[in-house]
Amino acid sequence: MTETLSMPHPQLAAVAIEKAYRKDKHKVPVLRGIDVEVQKGEFLSIVGQSGSGKSTLMHLFGLLDSPDIGEIHLEGQRIDDLPDHARDQIRNRVFGFIFQFYHLLPELNLLENVLSPLMIRYSTWEYWKRKKQFRQDALEIIEKVGLSHRIKHRPSEMSGGEMQRAAIARALIAKPQILLADEPTGNLDSSTGKEIMDLLTSLNEQEQLTIIMVTHDNSIAAQAHRTVRLLEGQIEVLGKSHAASVPA
Amino acid sequence: MYKSLLCLRYLRTRYIALASIISMTLGVATMIVVNSVMDGFSTDMRTRLRGILADVIVETNSLDGEPVTKDIRNSIQRAVGDDIAGMTTTVEIYAMLSVQYGSQWQSKPVTLIGIDPATKATVGPLAQYLEHTKDNDIPNWELSPEAMAYRKEWTTRAQWMVDRWNHNPPPMEENEQVSFEEPVESNEPLPVPKFASDSKTASPFDQAPKPEATQKTNSTVNPFSNDLKASAFEKKEEQDPSSPLKGRVYIGYGLVSFPYEDPETGKTEMFQIVKPGDDVKISTVTAGQPPEPTHFNATVVDLFKSNMSEHDSSLVFCNLEYLQEMRSMIDPTSGEKAITSIQIKLKHPEDAAMVVSKLEEALPAGLFRVRTWEDKQGPLLAAVEVESAILNVLLFLIIAVAGFGILAIFFMITIEKTRDIGVLKALGASSNGIMSIFLSYGLALGLVGSGVGVIVGLLFVRYINEIEKAITWITGRKVFDQRIYYFPEISTHVNPMMVFWVAIGAMVIAVLASILPARKAARFHPVESLRYE
Ligand SMILES: Nc1ncnc2c1ncn2[C@@H]1O[C@H](COP(=O)(O)OP(=O)(O)OP(=O)(O)O)[C@@H](O)[C@H]1O
Ligand SMILES: [Mg+2]
Repeated sequence: MTETLSMPHPQLAAVAIEKAYRKDKHKVPVLRGIDVEVQKGEFLSIVGQSGSGKSTLMHLFGLLDSPDIGEIHLEGQRIDDLPDHARDQIRNRVFGFIFQFYHLLPELNLLENVLSPLMIRYSTWEYWKRKKQFRQDALEIIEKVGLSHRIKHRPSEMSGGEMQRAAIARALIAKPQILLADEPTGNLDSSTGKEIMDLLTSLNEQEQLTIIMVTHDNSIAAQAHRTVRLLEGQIEVLGKSHAASVPA
Repeated sequence: MYKSLLCLRYLRTRYIALASIISMTLGVATMIVVNSVMDGFSTDMRTRLRGILADVIVETNSLDGEPVTKDIRNSIQRAVGDDIAGMTTTVEIYAMLSVQYGSQWQSKPVTLIGIDPATKATVGPLAQYLEHTKDNDIPNWELSPEAMAYRKEWTTRAQWMVDRWNHNPPPMEENEQVSFEEPVESNEPLPVPKFASDSKTASPFDQAPKPEATQKTNSTVNPFSNDLKASAFEKKEEQDPSSPLKGRVYIGYGLVSFPYEDPETGKTEMFQIVKPGDDVKISTVTAGQPPEPTHFNATVVDLFKSNMSEHDSSLVFCNLEYLQEMRSMIDPTSGEKAITSIQIKLKHPEDAAMVVSKLEEALPAGLFRVRTWEDKQGPLLAAVEVESAILNVLLFLIIAVAGFGILAIFFMITIEKTRDIGVLKALGASSNGIMSIFLSYGLALGLVGSGVGVIVGLLFVRYINEIEKAITWITGRKVFDQRIYYFPEISTHVNPMMVFWVAIGAMVIAVLASILPARKAARFHPVESLRYE
């Protein structure tokens, strides 16, 4: 493949991942040997039936969970077996998460929600020293997602689309290398969904941000460079047209 | 950073948690109030008990007393002379005090203590407790000018009455209108004429230094049939009747005063039936076997008011020499005077226990008992201490219960926050970070709870007497009746260390109660937390 030639390592890779949930001694296998590679700047979409393990795979990518068998590689380095504090740091610095239900913190206003990854990264003292700069960055990103008029609003005072844009702003504030989006449009009407997709596409194009997106909707999946389908715990490759548009 | 922010936001948005700390606040406040009151009570009681006693008390085993020989003085001096800051000898004996009020005699059991005021004042406060003696004067047995004037006034009036009776005995019916100082209503013939004719044998003012003789004469005449005020001047030919008697006393305030409710104003005032300058009668027993009753009259020099009602209503102080004389405690051959106790004030009161053991060795065995004032009042002090210990345990349980309240509410909050905890972990928060959100939440609740508790408690202590009055006013029942308790008002003593430890204890409980939920929150699996709806 072209990407393996041009780059020694994919940016993110799942290698022979197996994952099963145990329920009352019954093993429920969800993923059975998954191999996925994602290149830098790629926009990958993952589709599949409900219950096929898409979210599970995303959580494994994002180090929120560990595979039973197999490895996750970041820039060729295995990261799934790192100690907790290192995994916490990778989550904070490398990945940005977007969820179907936005998952903003209800006690914080938009600005504070957006700033929360930085608050988590820095100690109080460090944060206060650089508060002005952070605030500036946050305002820029909020501007970019078009929410400048809502910075003092609580999540409960915003619409779904606004909350999802806020969540994207939060995912972007820490300048992540990879955006993990689990059904970002799943809870939105089609026109709002389109706005969000436009935002993601432009981020991918303008800032070369790697995006891995889970979706049900084939038309949305089609906006990605490449789509993989999960079927019975394995990848069913949908090669064709998308692969060609992967940036070299 | 997010920890303190979230912790603050949780505090601000979850008032239910504040409800859980109300019981903590109450617990802290009650603990401070109770401890301050108990502490005030025992501190006050200690100073007052100590005021009557001294650091170390040497008592004779017999009420007859022991003569303080040179040997004994020397051995005390040798054993602990360097530690002594002041020393006095006293005679303590049970007695009856009889006071005339109108035509009636009131008799009460008292503890009669013969003291030398000047040396007594060196072992503990005395002048402070005397109503008509300035605090920094050395107390003595002299009547104040006002007392003298008062005495002169009533003796002159009584003299006039006697003169009138002597020359022109009034018919019985007229007795009704006769008045001395107070209206006298008596059906009995006044005994004055009898005294006037038979003064040598029956007069209590004879003050014969031969106790045996007094004994005999007294046994022939009932001393209580005398009208004291009328008889005070019977020896007018020899002596000015207004000059005070040889026996002098300080009388406990509670013995000669009683609360009197004014029917018009409804106010309770203390009504005093004896003033300095009046005479009272004291009956007790002599030393020796068998003890014989003896009695004497004495002029009241001052009133003793330590504000400890138990003392004020039982103690009568009398001049030591005179009491020794009346109780025949003076050896006729050697002239040595017996005493029943030696009170010693130490330079360093902490050393009391050591001084006691030294004295026990130095003094002849079997005759004396040496104790610190605390030993002597041991049961009373111990009771107060046990009480306050039990109360502390009970009250701390209130705070512990508050701890369980916090525990329960925290569990609810962590469950409510499950999804947010998952989000925080997805954003890179560590388990320790999550835990510290809830720990600092607990600490903040504890801080608020115990802080408010401390303030409420201290305010309550500060205004406790006002609060007592308000409650009395509302309920119409006296909460703190000074006739029942030792002190005229609730005294408090705030020990800063106690306040500190109570506050710290409450905060520790709040933090402990939040550890379990916080650990649980920290262990939430991020994926499961995110799936949680
Ligand atoms: N904690 C768990 N214990 C047991 N089984 C689980 C657990 N979490 C997920 N599963 C199962 O694993 C399978 C995959 O779940 P997952 O959430 O990854 O599916 P999905 O593809 O994201 O579905 P959807 O499109 O509905 O979001 C499901 O069958 C689910 O029931
Ligand atoms: Mg899913």
